[in-house]
Amino acid sequence: MSSKSLRFLIFSGSRSKLLLRPASPRCGVLRCPGGEFVAGGWCLRLCCRLHHTASTTDGSKTKVPQSPTWEPVSESQLPPVTRVSPDLVDRLERLALVDFRNQEGVARLEKAIRFADQLHVVDTEGVEPMDSVLEDRQLYLQQDCVREGNCAEQLLRTSRRTVEEYFVAPPGNIPLPERDERSSLLKNSEL
Amino acid sequence: MLGLTLREVSLALREGKVSPTELCQRCLHFIRKTKFLNAYVTVTEEIALKQAEQAEKRFLKGETLGPLDGIPIAVKDNFSTASIQTTCASQMLKGYIPPFNATVVQKLLDQGAVLMGKTNLDEFAMGSGSTDTIFGPVRNPWGYSRQYQERCAQNPEDTKDSSDWLITGGSSGGSAASVASLTCFASLGSDTGGSTRNPAAYCGVVGLKPTYGLLSRHGLIPLVNSMDVPGILTRSVHDAATVLGVLGGHDPKDSTTVPEPFKPFSLPDEIDVRNVCVGIPREYHAPGLSKEILAHWTKAAELFEKAGARVVEVSLPHTQHSIVCYHVLCTAEVASNMARFDGLEYGHRSTIDSSTEVMYASTRHEGFNDVVRGRILSGNYFLLKQNYDRYFVKAQKVRRLIANDFMKVFSSGVDVLLTPTTLSDAARYSEFIKEDNRTRSAQEDIFTQCANMAGLPAVTLPIALSERNLPISLQFIGQGFREKNLLTVAKWYEQQVKFPLIEFQDVADHVSEFPKTTKSASAF
Repeated sequence: MSSKSLRFLIFSGSRSKLLLRPASPRCGVLRCPGGEFVAGGWCLRLCCRLHHTASTTDGSKTKVPQSPTWEPVSESQLPPVTRVSPDLVDRLERLALVDFRNQEGVARLEKAIRFADQLHVVDTEGVEPMDSVLEDRQLYLQQDCVREGNCAEQLLRTSRRTVEEYFVAPPGNIPLPERDERSSLLKNSEL
Repeated sequence: MLGLTLREVSLALREGKVSPTELCQRCLHFIRKTKFLNAYVTVTEEIALKQAEQAEKRFLKGETLGPLDGIPIAVKDNFSTASIQTTCASQMLKGYIPPFNATVVQKLLDQGAVLMGKTNLDEFAMGSGSTDTIFGPVRNPWGYSRQYQERCAQNPEDTKDSSDWLITGGSSGGSAASVASLTCFASLGSDTGGSTRNPAAYCGVVGLKPTYGLLSRHGLIPLVNSMDVPGILTRSVHDAATVLGVLGGHDPKDSTTVPEPFKPFSLPDEIDVRNVCVGIPREYHAPGLSKEILAHWTKAAELFEKAGARVVEVSLPHTQHSIVCYHVLCTAEVASNMARFDGLEYGHRSTIDSSTEVMYASTRHEGFNDVVRGRILSGNYFLLKQNYDRYFVKAQKVRRLIANDFMKVFSSGVDVLLTPTTLSDAARYSEFIKEDNRTRSAQEDIFTQCANMAGLPAVTLPIALSERNLPISLQFIGQGFREKNLLTVAKWYEQQVKFPLIEFQDVADHVSEFPKTTKSASAF
């Protein structure tokens, strides 16, 4: 089978589950019973939890787990796959003012979304979102007095286009062109 | 001389065994000889010699500034340095010359450190291989070490291509390579998801990520404001503590630094670990962990137990979701942080300027590489109104769960956690680029980004050579603002393992100039 057709191969059966993890062919991957399949950029690995504990050199039990302890995440636990439509592509390009450049870029976004979908298996009922690890502390605020400044000349030097003490911007209030026009515009701007 | 630790060379300077100018010149000479590593973006030769001269005057007068006086150091190229180009290895900031020094850079310079140059990195610190940079990838000095070369000679079938070099890891690859290749004695990196610890592990040096809020981020071009920390790379744990002592403390220019006064500390030379409780988080045996690292991790736990420490198995149940959570939060914050690059006030500016929107779009099209653009677009996706709760807020909730996991473990009496730093030893470049940047980051950052999510200090140190004669490292994670305890335990372990110095200096003489590869990892 080609690697592309292996990509969405799904195994059924109670014992087998899919672990959506990227392939890491260079690592010495521990072999789990059930084997391992490398498909495109994804490794569909049949991973079981083994809890055998090895002994240390003097025969006592080691505290270090000798097998991987991760729980496999199956496709059925994830929300449906997101496809990025051309409209969404356009919308994101306008919001970010950054282009996808090609279909590969869109495919990568879809993979990134699929990867992020794994968040949904975590139970966060009753949990407050965390903005900062320093949330229990009060943010330091400076005194409202001028301590430094008067360096307009220095700051203007970092800009490519200035006039006297102004940064020069092109005319505003002109909406971004449509997608096709944008693509041809950007093609000509390749460095 | 170049193979000494910072502590040793500082003593040599004070005893007059070598002068700051001589030391600086030797380092500059070695930087020229090791140019093939591509660790430096800018070598500040004139500035370094001037600084060394001033240090020499101070030494002659007996008025040295401290333990860093006259010591050659390097700084990652995403820290602003006044009058010295700061590029973040990106077209967007190529030629950008900041008008100020980052606080941590200023602190180093105030202590008399001699700046050798700015080091190479993944573009905007996004990556885990130091391969996605406009200046070409950074090569791991260990790939040219006598230890590795001898092993390759014994097993020629393992070396597919003699010019296939090893990656440094990233994103602070240049900083790690500069310390590992003996061209400086300490360097600054940045750590958002493991960007200091990952290359430290692959390059066989000590990488310290301090507690979030201990070191100032003023002047560090931000990636993820809630997780970024300046990182410290040195050749020994003691050196890391010395540099931390200089850099730590509140900065009025960075309101995310804690206002409590920071007291620099020194580490004892005689350490007793009998009262230490070491936790082994079971979830850190992730799929893909190499047998070698597992064996060393097991041996390390044994060693602590034999020395009388209490070693306990602990659980951080949300570990496996941490990398996904990091991916969402990182891209979301990146989308916001990269919005400042519009070509108006600094950086690259496109010549296409029919309107502001068009100029911004084409500037960002020209200035950013695939990786950066990909993260911005992913971040914007997760921040869309329809996705905000399901992805961004969800990730923030998972972040709290991860931080709580650590809190529970530390409040149960554990002092430090002992974990692997990476899944294996350094990879060959040709292997590494088989996957894209995002995939690789998800693999490489697996053990390191949890500490960033919780804001905890972590240190990686090299402990042994692998079968391929490359460095293997382990990581210690400590409680917030308890760097002294963390580094004391790490130092004890460092003393037990006695990691060998890289045999590199004479090898560098025989390495011819390799053609610079312009191909970077296929990335998004």
